[in-house]
Amino acid sequence: MTELEILVQQFQSKNQVAFKKLYSMYSQSIHGVVYNIVKDADIADEIMQDVFIKAWHKADTYSSKKGRFFTWILNIARNAAIDMTRSKAFKQSKQNLNSDYFVDTITNNDSLDERTDAIGIKKFVTNLSQKCKEVIELLYFKGFTQKEASEELNMPIGTIKTRNRNCIQQLRDMVL
Amino acid sequence: MDIKAYIASGILELYVAGKLSEKENQEIYELMQEHPEILQEVLEIEAAVVKLTGAASPHAIDFESFKGKLDTTGTKVIDLKPRKPNWISFTGWAASIILAGGLLWTLNNKTKVEEELQTVSTEKQYLEIQIEEARNNLTATKSLLDAIRDKDIITVPLGGQGDYASTYAKVYWNKADNTIYLDGEGLPNAPDGKVWQVWSLTLNPLTPTSLGTIDDFNTDENKIFTIANTNESQAFGITLEPAGGSESPTMEQLYTLGVVAATP
Repeated sequence: MTELEILVQQFQSKNQVAFKKLYSMYSQSIHGVVYNIVKDADIADEIMQDVFIKAWHKADTYSSKKGRFFTWILNIARNAAIDMTRSKAFKQSKQNLNSDYFVDTITNNDSLDERTDAIGIKKFVTNLSQKCKEVIELLYFKGFTQKEASEELNMPIGTIKTRNRNCIQQLRDMVL
Repeated sequence: MDIKAYIASGILELYVAGKLSEKENQEIYELMQEHPEILQEVLEIEAAVVKLTGAASPHAIDFESFKGKLDTTGTKVIDLKPRKPNWISFTGWAASIILAGGLLWTLNNKTKVEEELQTVSTEKQYLEIQIEEARNNLTATKSLLDAIRDKDIITVPLGGQGDYASTYAKVYWNKADNTIYLDGEGLPNAPDGKVWQVWSLTLNPLTPTSLGTIDDFNTDENKIFTIANTNESQAFGITLEPAGGSESPTMEQLYTLGVVAATP
């Protein structure tokens, strides 16, 4: 059993220390994904915290057989963020959502400079091909399925898979 | 199974993205248990994606911002440290209670005083009515006295007759305006079903003429009754008759009788 699996099990038995560790591992990412959808840091903060509270309360519904813990919480977060963008109040307050990709967010992210891997990430997104930007945006930030992404990008399903593989490989080379 | 080809297919990247079927997820989970390379690959993909997505967050997140929002039991943790008595608060409350009490007392007093004032006011009105009545009485008495004192008045004392010797009455006759004033002070109240009837008499021959009954005798206060009399009366008599009066006097019930003195 991996360290992460032990942590998740402790989390499922309502261990707050385990929760705090998982939170510190994934909250920044969840926030990033949510922010990329709602484009508002305060709303993203709120949703991100709600997502972790929700995860805490329905921890027993998670099973490692169904997927990665990160993936599970990522799904909850994307759904919550998308629900928010569909709410009437949100639509009224955000008439002109900018259509920046995650790439633009990262490029313009000043606070990123203080974090580790900042240089690698910025270098990665700067050099990233347009195709990679699109695929990563859709699959990881927007939660598109392989099929939906292939339709959106007008690209065969198999190509999506291999292209994504290559893009993530580049990322791994830069940041790991 | 060609592990390298499986890894190279890109399915593990989709697995981390969370967009595979439940069946595929289950398969990969099992493969990860069997093949450490696959597990390692997944961990690296996940780590890279976690970093990338984290970089898209505009500000750093720390657990401190989350503190207090997580609650295992669903109930608030109660601080068991005894609280210091807050004297300012106590004093404030005490002051408000005293003030409220004082206000209530004042209000109660005000109501009482208002009630007393109302009573006094009613009494005053009652007294005013009495004074008014007394004035009216006085006026009536004065005019009566004036009437009786008139120089043209003829006074006729009516003496008690027979069994009723103790009774008496007086008639003051003003011939000028054909009015008699009967003073019935010396007569008892008329019993139930009976009424006093006043008669004007001429003596030769003895002819009684009714001047009417005194229906309000019992309730009248000064017992002086004003009666019109146009007759050339030579005497006046009073009998007790059945209610409604009689055509002619019942002589057995003749209480008082008096003869008019010869005309001056």
